[in-house]
Amino acid sequence: MNSIARKHPESSVTQTVLELEVNNHAGVMSHVAGLFSRRAYNVEGIVCMPVGEGRLSRVWLTVNEEARLEQMVRQLEKLEDVLSVRRHGASHEVFERVGEFFR
Amino acid sequence: MFQSMSGRPDQSTAGLAPFPDAIIPLKGEVAHRSRFPMNEDATETLSGAQIAVRLLERQGIRRIAGIPGGAILPFYDALSQSKSIRHVLARHEQGAGFIAQGMARASGETAVCLATSGPGATNLLTAIADAKLDSIPLVAITGQVASTLIGTDAFQEVDTYGLNIPITKHNFLAGSASELLDVIPRAFRLAASGRPGPVLVDIPKDVQNERIEIGEWPEPGLRAPTPAADPGAIARAAALIDAAERPILYLGGGVTHSDGAAQAVELAEKAGLPTVMTLMALGAMPVDHPLSLGMLGMYGARRANMALEECDLLIAAGARFDDRAIGKAAAFCPRAKILHIDIDCSELGKIKKAHASIRGDLREVLERLLPGVESRPRREWRARVGELKRNFPLRRPGVGDPRTPYGLIHAVAGCLDDEATIVTDVGNHQMWVAQAYPLRRPRQWLTSGGLGTMGFGLPAAIGAALAQPERAVVCFSGDGSLLMNLQELATAAEEDVNLKLVLMNNASLGMVVQQQALFYGQRIFSSKFKNEADFVKIAAGFGWRTLDLDSAPDPRKALATALATRGPMFIHARIDCREQVLPMVAPGGANKDMIGD
Repeated sequence: MNSIARKHPESSVTQTVLELEVNNHAGVMSHVAGLFSRRAYNVEGIVCMPVGEGRLSRVWLTVNEEARLEQMVRQLEKLEDVLSVRRHGASHEVFERVGEFFR
Repeated sequence: MFQSMSGRPDQSTAGLAPFPDAIIPLKGEVAHRSRFPMNEDATETLSGAQIAVRLLERQGIRRIAGIPGGAILPFYDALSQSKSIRHVLARHEQGAGFIAQGMARASGETAVCLATSGPGATNLLTAIADAKLDSIPLVAITGQVASTLIGTDAFQEVDTYGLNIPITKHNFLAGSASELLDVIPRAFRLAASGRPGPVLVDIPKDVQNERIEIGEWPEPGLRAPTPAADPGAIARAAALIDAAERPILYLGGGVTHSDGAAQAVELAEKAGLPTVMTLMALGAMPVDHPLSLGMLGMYGARRANMALEECDLLIAAGARFDDRAIGKAAAFCPRAKILHIDIDCSELGKIKKAHASIRGDLREVLERLLPGVESRPRREWRARVGELKRNFPLRRPGVGDPRTPYGLIHAVAGCLDDEATIVTDVGNHQMWVAQAYPLRRPRQWLTSGGLGTMGFGLPAAIGAALAQPERAVVCFSGDGSLLMNLQELATAAEEDVNLKLVLMNNASLGMVVQQQALFYGQRIFSSKFKNEADFVKIAAGFGWRTLDLDSAPDPRKALATALATRGPMFIHARIDCREQVLPMVAPGGANKDMIGD
């Protein structure tokens, strides 16, 4: 992990859940993750599964709410394989439910 | 999936041989899509490599720069049979990348470079990254080891796809020959659409060799129309401009990419807008235009930086507030509202919060903005700007002496007209030329702005000369930069390009020397060359005609003769290594705090 901007996850930062609709192929996660890692912007959680017939995937990211987030969303929207980006509050149930596997 | 090319009225050549010369389209020819006849029933069995070459032909590509190697040899074999594409053999893949960039920068059209896997692909990276930062449309095609070997650390295997993710707009690893029919036109569409940029297509060797039957060809990939800008945003922008008392127009490279220079000048003239340009925008407004304040930023004109201090509205047009242009962001245009126009949404407000913004193609935005903007002479503000111009005259010491940096640049300019293309490398010479060359035409000026790549100049100039053989191309370089892609002297001689290289030789890394002198306590370290090569001999050794201005009794006359000689001409001029580029803003400093008079 990139250590430049690593913050303590337990500190009281607000988190945001991003929902991405992406093409399902081998390079997509690299494109998405690269946008964050090059900016030393940690992705706290990732869930990704194919949807429908498998041509598309849905990626859920949980990230800290920072001033840079707006720029991150715009950069994500520029990726050819990212079809849409939606922002949700931290309490979105996808990570709540996946969280059961981490207890 | 692919639209059939058959059955159009102008397609009488049935059962055709692949590509009769007569129907090869010229680049930029609008009608070329309809000029590729395909018989409805005719199918051909072609290899992936042949398909890729055919798709490039259909794109109208006439020249490709590259270097062959094991994993791209099937492609080269197919290319050898092409009647319309000529291959330019570079001497280093970075050279090939910059030759393609030079073609793209001079013409505005997407250009192609080629490399093999492994070291070929890694050598391309710098040229690709450079194209990304300056928004240059480029399609890079690389060979890859066979699919079955990918991931095994095979000979000359590198993760080309992964390496290119952060430096391309998009990239592809072709999985099959049939995929190429989708991927290659898409690569061209992506490279040219929206904000232009580089796209990479990595093709494993087995995919190049895979033979499939082809019945239909896809349409060539063209620039997709940019969504129209929001009319409300345009109206708000016009109101902001009308309400401003001291507006400044700040032009960036987007003006050139959108072909919007004429519209930008028209807006400046109509609304009485003093205008500053970034390094990338030079030439968009003629430097001697009464509204031009020249270049802003680190090595810009003090008058430009000082006027920006006073402006109340900054109209950023296709500019991205780069740190070399705006200095310390918090101190830039402290009194101004910002109106930001850009094709790339992620640039709007990225560095400086915009009070109003328009997302769209700059030329289209300016055309729609123009009628709504009040015609105003802005006498008071223009008088104040005139005062700044008088208070801060352009500093050009030695301009009358062709043996000084400014004098040499002026002497060269005096031999050329605005049709000449001026290319630079990166360093002090680049900034001297940016400051002092009378640039008056968009695409007259080709330079590595964002990445600042030493070694850019010579190969980019070769590309420019190949793309536009009717123009004189002059490349200013420094000895540090030239040594970084020196091998391309061979390519230039082989292609017999009409290229004049003016080497400003100070036997040092002048820009580093200057920063060490100014900001590191005069500790000049690792920036002076102790070994001084005889560049004139080297150039002659590669087959160039040469002129050593140092020993010319009448340098102006010798220069005029050399610049008028067709073919590659190497002009050597010794520059005192103590010569600095001034005035200058310290890195990280505010633009108003310029060093030097």
